[in-house]
Amino acid sequence: MDNLIALLVAAPLLGAAVLLTGGRRLDKAGHWLGTLLAAVSFVIGLVLFADMLGKSADDRTLHQTLYTWIPVEGFQADIAFQLDQLSMTFVLLITGVGTLIHVYSIGYMEHDERRRRFFGYLNLFVAAMLLLVLADNYLLLYFGWEGVGLASYLLIGFWQHKPSAATAAKKAFLVNRVGDMGLSIAIMLMFTTFGTFAFGPVLDAAAGGDASEGKLTAVALMLLLAACGKSAQVPLQSWLGDAMEGPTPVSALIHAATMVTAGVYLIVRSADIFNAAPDAQLVVTVVGAVTLLFGAIVGCAKDDIKKALAGSTMSQIGYMVLAAGLGPIGYAFAIMHLVTHGFFKAGLFLGAGSVMHGMNDEVDMRKYGGLRKYMPVTFVTFGLGYLAIIGFPGLSGFFSKDKIIEAAFAKGGTEGWILGACALLGAAITAYYMTRVMIMTFFGEKRWQPAPDPDKAASVEPGADAHPGELPHPHESPKSMTLPMILLAVGSVGAGAFFEYAGFVEWLEPVTGFEHGHSPLSAAAVTTATVVVMLLGVGVAYLQYGRRPVPAVAPRGSLLTRAARRDLLQDDFNHVVFVRGGTHLTRSLVYVDHSLVDGVVNGTAASVGGLSGRLRKLQNGYARSYAVSMFGGTAVLIAATLLMRAV
Amino acid sequence: MNPVNYLYLAALLFTIGATGVLIRRNAIVLFMCVELMLNACNLAFVAFSRMHGNLDGQVIAFFTMVVAAAEVVVGLAIIVSVFRARHSASVDDASLMKL
Repeated sequence: MDNLIALLVAAPLLGAAVLLTGGRRLDKAGHWLGTLLAAVSFVIGLVLFADMLGKSADDRTLHQTLYTWIPVEGFQADIAFQLDQLSMTFVLLITGVGTLIHVYSIGYMEHDERRRRFFGYLNLFVAAMLLLVLADNYLLLYFGWEGVGLASYLLIGFWQHKPSAATAAKKAFLVNRVGDMGLSIAIMLMFTTFGTFAFGPVLDAAAGGDASEGKLTAVALMLLLAACGKSAQVPLQSWLGDAMEGPTPVSALIHAATMVTAGVYLIVRSADIFNAAPDAQLVVTVVGAVTLLFGAIVGCAKDDIKKALAGSTMSQIGYMVLAAGLGPIGYAFAIMHLVTHGFFKAGLFLGAGSVMHGMNDEVDMRKYGGLRKYMPVTFVTFGLGYLAIIGFPGLSGFFSKDKIIEAAFAKGGTEGWILGACALLGAAITAYYMTRVMIMTFFGEKRWQPAPDPDKAASVEPGADAHPGELPHPHESPKSMTLPMILLAVGSVGAGAFFEYAGFVEWLEPVTGFEHGHSPLSAAAVTTATVVVMLLGVGVAYLQYGRRPVPAVAPRGSLLTRAARRDLLQDDFNHVVFVRGGTHLTRSLVYVDHSLVDGVVNGTAASVGGLSGRLRKLQNGYARSYAVSMFGGTAVLIAATLLMRAV
Repeated sequence: MNPVNYLYLAALLFTIGATGVLIRRNAIVLFMCVELMLNACNLAFVAFSRMHGNLDGQVIAFFTMVVAAAEVVVGLAIIVSVFRARHSASVDDASLMKL
């Protein structure tokens, strides 16, 4: 069984290698190969899962060491895998949702001539993500971490002919680098503190109190920085909205279901470090709470359906990070919400992609409206995802989000009240913006616009069979696209209840630990409050968008709305602080370089040159002037000799 | 006659020769001035030999003469070939090596 773990990673990696190097002869079958290998990985995951279920709870961790990557005296990096309950959860999520999205992409990318390459990148992503969650040491995790970053970059910029996509890819890569720097510093700190970076020894040492709290706090904060970069948390959140330039399946798989949750995985995996550093945990909860409100507010103002969903993703991951910062009372719920979110958010994105597919790749929700009659399957699946995300009782989001809100209150003290209130407020805003998306897209009157003219064709995704000047003809998407949406909708509906009653928390407990939080509010009170604020959010949104016609051009809006449309000024902030600051810094450095460093060098050269220029004049080519100097020199020598004699 | 007078004469001849070397341009004249300086040295050597009563100075004078003869041979050959090449015996014209 142990040997199967490497195969999990190897299958999609093989797919990536074959598809990316195979050339055009694979164009016909490439997408099938990619999908097949992702499915193979999923099947292996299922086999390992069945095997794991057959063992006792404490004996479920599998190890496989492939070989020693870097054997140096006092430093050993292994290519080694560790499969425990936490990794298993991720493996099933990644390969399961990944396979569905591969299937969806077959239909979605049908008209794209670079489809083979797209599937190669997708396979590369799946392989890197599996490596990330299966690694048994932080260095290999870092390898996978960079791998998913690369795949994300390649896929965001997949339509590289669009300048906006190329820029968005670059932005995502750069912002992620800041976080990656945090991870590499954390690994270095671990190595200097513990002498190793394998999960087992590091976490045991952290739990055993072998290192000072200050050091552990430093490591934990660096890990948090890494998580912020990858999971688009404040302050490194600015890349996620632009990442929606990528094809919609990519947004669903990478920027909603899996890669962006890697930060949560990192925090939960490093639970022992965070447990030993309460200050860092507090920072984690603050980051989570700020981000869940930030993302939700941004999501309220966006008219681009994908960007609204991106704000929502940010906000939901904020919930997970908040839960992960709560310690053992929250880890399991963070992962539970992560999985349910993986289902319903991937489903929502695929639904959005299906809508765009039928609407000539229009993304502006103000130009949708009344689509429920034309796309029934999309409407139903999107609707179920919508009910799941707002936490409608009985659907998956209800179980996982409710638990997080309860755990936030259970943090205790003033912090608990503040965090709990933030989480509740977030739930209300979530209900508001999701209802807004739902109403603007599927209800109300038609606000369709003719397809953009070919002059602006650069903004149209390739493969769109758009006819300039005609109104779109919304139609249901092909089966390859609706099938994954249906399956994900089933997950959105059932996953929460399944986890709740099948004992998800007990399943994860050996890895993450679990404590029952003692909430000042009873569970029933929290649940009631959650449902009430959810209904409140839905009601407000209905009054605003359902009762009145939606204007086709966005109204100017309040100050907050305008700020939220600009992503709450995050880019402006980055521009003023980092871009302008960086420019000033480089300019002053260039000035110092020019005036001081170059000054010294050029000055030396100039003075030597001037001196030699003067000395050169002595060499005038007249023999008699040389003779004079010889006579003069001789005279001086003789005079000196005589003088010495006399003295 | 006081041998010191010979030394004065030698100094005078040497000065004339040195001045000639410094101020004249014609290679032949320059050459003759060099010879003048050499012979002033010879005179000084011989005078010193007489003053000190040993033969060292005279021996060295012979050496000097041999060297001067060899130098004349080589030097005149150079001057003649330079004159043939450049139609000038001026030392200032031979400044090809100047920057």
